[in-house]
Amino acid sequence: MIDWEIIRDALPAYMQGLRITLLLLVLSVSTGFILSVPLAMARVSRHRWLSGPVWLYTYVIRGTPLLVQLYMLYFGLAQFVAVRESFAWPMLKSAWFCAWLAFALNTTAYTTEIFAGALRATPSGEIEAARSLGLRPLQIYTRILWPGALRRALPQYGNEVVMMLHATAVASAVSIVELTRVARDVYSDHLVPVEAFGTVAVFYFVLTFTLVGAFKLAERRWLRHLRPKDSGPGDLAAGLAR
Amino acid sequence: MLHGYLPAILGGLGVTLRVAAMSLAIACLFGLAGAVAKQSDSRIARAVADVYTTLIRGLPELVLMLAIFYGGQTAVNRLADSMGWGYVDIDPFIAGTLTMGFISGAYLTETFRGAILAVPRGQTEAGLAFGMSPALVLWRITLPQMVRHAIPGFANNWLVMVKATALVSIIGLDDMVHRAGLAAASTREPFTFYGAIAVIYLIITSVSILALHALDRRFSLGVRKADL
Repeated sequence: MIDWEIIRDALPAYMQGLRITLLLLVLSVSTGFILSVPLAMARVSRHRWLSGPVWLYTYVIRGTPLLVQLYMLYFGLAQFVAVRESFAWPMLKSAWFCAWLAFALNTTAYTTEIFAGALRATPSGEIEAARSLGLRPLQIYTRILWPGALRRALPQYGNEVVMMLHATAVASAVSIVELTRVARDVYSDHLVPVEAFGTVAVFYFVLTFTLVGAFKLAERRWLRHLRPKDSGPGDLAAGLAR
Repeated sequence: MLHGYLPAILGGLGVTLRVAAMSLAIACLFGLAGAVAKQSDSRIARAVADVYTTLIRGLPELVLMLAIFYGGQTAVNRLADSMGWGYVDIDPFIAGTLTMGFISGAYLTETFRGAILAVPRGQTEAGLAFGMSPALVLWRITLPQMVRHAIPGFANNWLVMVKATALVSIIGLDDMVHRAGLAAASTREPFTFYGAIAVIYLIITSVSILALHALDRRFSLGVRKADL
């Protein structure tokens, strides 16, 4: 039924695709994280001239499909003579650079909103306490706001990273040979949908649940204070009451 | 405007909206069935629903779409072959909407499940005590009351799905993205056309947000919000 030989022969290609998928994911997610930290601070700022542009950026990016954003960069930039003649053109015309840029800009918008929401959820007492101790605004951010906000953001951030993993499949549309492209090539070479897409499904499955597990561990480590006690008299009483 | 390609693009918009609306209807069916199955007493129903939601959420939409489109094509033709029919071409519109509905249904399952849980148990118990059948309780008591709790998650799923319709261009559907690609190729102005459809997508999502907000208010009429 299943042609294992095709899968075995294609395995090196799948492994190479896995490498590319992971590289795309790590590059875009890390860029997104770095950009989102200052952007989230601007997003929650009281000054409209700071928060307004960031709101517009996240609104536009989150309101349009990633595929269209990628096409606008990869196919669209060539329309402008100024871009084609600029020193950056060899870089801008590569699918890799455009994919990285599109994915990074995309995940930055979502991550900024996640971080901004977590910052806003800070109990006001914590900030008052920090002020009364004489901490400066920047110190309040680095010592009070961010440590709490990043913890609160962890579950949603984990979701976003998984969504990004799945979004890298879109790179196959601009001829980057990542996992999905490998599967499409195997399919068109042999016309075997079960083998081609079943194999890639296993890869994505393992990746997804590894990420989910890693974030579960991170939550255990950093959100320990939110977990119910493992054992002890309180837990026992709850068990009895049930 | 747009070198006369505007009508073509708007025609593509029609396809995009039809795909989105059809997928939503299918997704609601799958979502409700999944949510009811997850609450049911039958172990098999719960297991099937769990496999469904786990499988879908572990894979990229594009991979599922390609797998169902090409896989379905092969399966149907193998069947047609054995029955002695000729070559059958699967309509990408049907494949696209079925796949998107199937995928979005998995996410809606979780939304609907949470909403059903938010309806107080006493409500269903009262219905059963009146001698209603479980199906009637679901239809008359649980469903009308769960809508309010389902709207925020539903809004999110709808927005994700509208944006995911762009992917159907990859399996060969003549939607807005595909038409923009054709217009871009013949005018050599890709940025203009992809930018134009980005604006159209932004309008769709903005209108959706406003509409769902109004719907939320409509269904929460009798509920007072906490004044924070």
